[in-house]
Amino acid sequence: MDHPPDDLELEGIELDLFVEAMRRRHGYDFGQYAPASLLRRVRQLAQRHGDGAISALTHRLLHEPALLPQLLEGLSVPASDMFRDPSVFRALREQVLPLLASWPQLTIWQAGCAHGEEVYSLAILLEEAGLYERSQIFATDLSAQALERAREGIYPLRSAQQWSRNYLAAGGSHSLSDYCSARYGLLKLDGRLRRHVTFAPHNLAADAVFCEAQLVLCRNVLIYFANPLQQRSLALFRDSLVRGGFLCLGLRERPGAAEADFAPIDANLRIYRRIGPTATERRP
Amino acid sequence: MTCPAAIVLGCSAGGPEALKVVLGGLDPRLPQAVLVCCHTGSETVELLCELLARASRLPVIEAAEREAVRGGTVQVAPAGYHLLVERDLHFTLSTDPRVNLVRPSIDVLFASAAAAWRNALVGVVLSGANADGADGLRELRRLGGCAIVQSPDDALASAMPQAALARAGADHCVPLDAIAPLLNQLCLP
Repeated sequence: MDHPPDDLELEGIELDLFVEAMRRRHGYDFGQYAPASLLRRVRQLAQRHGDGAISALTHRLLHEPALLPQLLEGLSVPASDMFRDPSVFRALREQVLPLLASWPQLTIWQAGCAHGEEVYSLAILLEEAGLYERSQIFATDLSAQALERAREGIYPLRSAQQWSRNYLAAGGSHSLSDYCSARYGLLKLDGRLRRHVTFAPHNLAADAVFCEAQLVLCRNVLIYFANPLQQRSLALFRDSLVRGGFLCLGLRERPGAAEADFAPIDANLRIYRRIGPTATERRP
Repeated sequence: MTCPAAIVLGCSAGGPEALKVVLGGLDPRLPQAVLVCCHTGSETVELLCELLARASRLPVIEAAEREAVRGGTVQVAPAGYHLLVERDLHFTLSTDPRVNLVRPSIDVLFASAAAAWRNALVGVVLSGANADGADGLRELRRLGGCAIVQSPDDALASAMPQAALARAGADHCVPLDAIAPLLNQLCLP
């Protein structure tokens, strides 16, 4: 460097050191996350858990393992809404589920489930389509703390109105209140919706394929990844899906380099169908 | 002063009308990227892009995830996502929680653009009914960028320009009609 680094450049060094410490101390690699949004999150964590200096947060990361779950939650997928983007859930209900009905058993992988809002939305869709009894949903996330909250299925009651509207806009035939109870300012999802859901840790940056799925949902997760990690994730989805299986991405995400493996069912809603040879067929 | 490489515009209530005037007055030869964050409350910015395209002599598109920032083009933040500029001048989207109760937030766009372009950036705060954009404009000025704020008494909603002036100050505080000529003057080589 031909000049003394200014505070932005120093912060860049601090961020690199934080990522390095996280990788070497705890084995989580955030080196392939999109830098601008990663920096925002790490800054927020440095504010929440200290004086705002990323280097101070790195010190705590190295020496206080008990802090790890909170840091991972702050670095993983943010909370969503039930039936967020209702048109997507309507298309799943009307176009995808009728086709999924042809399989005797359904395996569904929701990657990056955060606090589980979309997992429960999906369970409700399956229930109303009469498919839930033969379904198994794997809901995975990097953060154990997020998975714990997803498993609880308890949300602030102030979300209820918007979520009810979303449910109806997504073609819901009952009322969202049929699936939850409200008390003490909280909304609690019916535990029966969890009966075929397995919540499990999975890191798209490090872990492998673990199931053979008819449907993979991964919405608004890939936007946080730099290109190589996006491609790694899409390859995992491709190799998890059976021939003719479905992939559902966020409304502003695209399969990019993996486009050859996915034919759009509804390109605007980012719903695709797996084409080409499956992982099993490609093995020599 | 350094010739700017990009212009960022932020607005909310009364924003589309103000944007039409500004974009309509921009010189079509401008080589700069023009980034827009406008709170609309609708599910997409498709209509906003169409409306602005009719007024603007520069092409207007929605900013897409992972795409390179384009010079000579107006790029609008999508509804429901924060828009950020990476240091390598590509776009990143985020569904992180709302900032100042909104997503996309002007503060988020301005702060990331300021880090990417530093003193080669012009930030403009137009009509709006909340204080989003004020912190972002402050960060933009701190990193050497040039700040323009629409005169509050000239804005349909004055809260946003007022908050920007109070929090960040401005290099230029001018009526709406004067903004495009000023940008042309600052940005044409």
